[in-house]
Amino acid sequence: MLKEWFTEGIPIAEGTEWVTDQITDIFAFLFDPIKEHFGNFMDFASETLMLVPPVVVMIIVALIAFFISGKKFGLAAFSVVGLWLIDNQGYWEHLISTFTLVLIASLLSVIIGVPIGILMAKSKTAEAIIKPILDFMQTMPAFVYLIPAVAFFGIGMVPGIFASLIFATPPTVRFTNLGIRQVSKELVEASEAFGSTGTQKLLKVELPMAKATIMAGINQTVMLALSMVVIASMIGAPGLGREVLSSLQRAQVGTGFVAGIGIVILAIIIDRFTQSANSKEQ
Amino acid sequence: MPIIEAKNLTKVFGKNPKQALDHLGQGLSKEEILKKTGSTVGVNRASFTVEPGEIFVIMGLSGSGKSTLVRLINRLIEPTQGSILIDGQDLAKMDKKDLRQVRREKLGMVFQRFALFPNRTVLKNVEYGLEIQKVDPEKRTKKAHEALKLVGLEGYAEQKPEQLSGGMQQRVGLARALANDPEVLLMDEAFSALDPLIRKDMQDELIDLQSTMKKTIIFITHDLDEALRLGDRIALMKDGSIVQIGTPEEILMNPANDYVERFVEDVDRSKVLTAGHIMKRPETINIEKHGPRVALERMKEAGISSILVVDSKRNLKGYVTADDASEARKKEVRDLKEILQTDIKQVNKETSMQEIFNVINGSPVPVAVVENERLVGIIVRGAVIAALAGDSEVNLEHA
Repeated sequence: MLKEWFTEGIPIAEGTEWVTDQITDIFAFLFDPIKEHFGNFMDFASETLMLVPPVVVMIIVALIAFFISGKKFGLAAFSVVGLWLIDNQGYWEHLISTFTLVLIASLLSVIIGVPIGILMAKSKTAEAIIKPILDFMQTMPAFVYLIPAVAFFGIGMVPGIFASLIFATPPTVRFTNLGIRQVSKELVEASEAFGSTGTQKLLKVELPMAKATIMAGINQTVMLALSMVVIASMIGAPGLGREVLSSLQRAQVGTGFVAGIGIVILAIIIDRFTQSANSKEQ
Repeated sequence: MPIIEAKNLTKVFGKNPKQALDHLGQGLSKEEILKKTGSTVGVNRASFTVEPGEIFVIMGLSGSGKSTLVRLINRLIEPTQGSILIDGQDLAKMDKKDLRQVRREKLGMVFQRFALFPNRTVLKNVEYGLEIQKVDPEKRTKKAHEALKLVGLEGYAEQKPEQLSGGMQQRVGLARALANDPEVLLMDEAFSALDPLIRKDMQDELIDLQSTMKKTIIFITHDLDEALRLGDRIALMKDGSIVQIGTPEEILMNPANDYVERFVEDVDRSKVLTAGHIMKRPETINIEKHGPRVALERMKEAGISSILVVDSKRNLKGYVTADDASEARKKEVRDLKEILQTDIKQVNKETSMQEIFNVINGSPVPVAVVENERLVGIIVRGAVIAALAGDSEVNLEHA
């Protein structure tokens, strides 16, 4: 067999395929219900959001923007005009789909990423193992994740979420690790010297101190999730990305541009929202 | 019975502590062990006892292991060998739960850089120790207020630490440690980050607090003056080992070895400080340009009764007094030479304080510090006395 590996090449591709097949088979009992129930949940979430009239959404977003930007009108005005433009171009439903995807993918990334980051900060061994995996996850072209996603979950929103999870979680993990490791040694000592348990130290000192850094990581995660959600339109994830993709396939510059602008507007609003949530806490 | 007893307490940093311990047993030095094993000896077989209600100062230069030693006392650093008994219980052998209990009930700690939680208010900082013991909120707020009152910061409960000055922040640090009502306070260079004046105030307050509250205090410092001021007993450390333990008098009068002696030498400031340390920038007047009127004006401005006279090369010519100058002005004398007095005492930058003391004693005017005939500074009587009294405002950069 070894000789074949040298003459024919090591069958990495075949191996990977075999592993993926095995996983698909073995975990079918897990993947299928996820695909079904989670898919239903996603549909339900985005349909519920779509029930809310655009005007109401705009007002709510504008109000939040006004308060988180320190009672300035800039972001609120931009949000209203931007959202109105998207609605005006007839992309409201797509916008909501994309938003739902980003929201769920980011939430899951944070729920998974923060504990892994904490684990990394607490254990050198965990850090040594997880760091290269994160590097791998981030350097692998994002498109590649679409393939196993389809194998596991078919097409639609769920595999889109899965692919964005893999692509978007690393920053949250990294920044959580970094943030906790950066907490001043004296503060950690102080909390220990007064007899804190490990959990108290984490919850009362380390996480609050690391919050700004973790939030910066979450901001990146959200932005990456947004970019991945567009790529995920190739495996049937609905939303603005799908419009971009279909205009690409049909060479419709205009439609592509409008859908693209929609993504940009959404990106700016999300970015400013997550960032100012951070700076406000400082 | 001692409240704290350290026996053979040793800390070796590095991958091969066992081997290093063996070498220590054979009497090898810290450097030799580092070379042979790559391990650093932090604390080398320290043994001492601390009696209830005493201020026990551990002093040494940076790198002498004093900060490691204090962290061995509450096991923030795990000892490699030896035991640390608190009220007879060996901390080194305790499981995590018992250790936490001892830290909560018996040991308070104050840190060099305050280590206040910046996201909490002053009150919440002080409450921290009680909060993690799940003391009921009303009771802990009450206790925290009492602790703040003890350190004189009642009005600042709702401020954030960053809004306070360094001295006040360290008071919060002290209040936080006191709120738990521990038997022992561990103070790791607690006043080293403060300005000299505030530092002295804090030292006085700590002595006051200690005399009313009868806490046992273990105080770490690198400053011998501070050690002498605060300590009932002082342990001097070098290269991880305790070289002498004794009362301040014992250490000053009978230094155990050369190292201690060299340390203690510095205390006699009159031998160490020179004119360069205590001189000030002189008020002068130029004999080639100015007359009595300007001289008088300058003296009035600076609030002095005599002024040094120099020429354009800043060579010292003498001095004029305010009385003479005002007399000269009335008589419309224009030339300073008429009233110039030349009997001025001169020293150079290297002159020791002891000599200056003799010189300045018989002199009505400040002593001039001269280098190659040029005037570089003056010494007023007050500065000499302040320096001898140990005032740290003395400018050591000129040394």
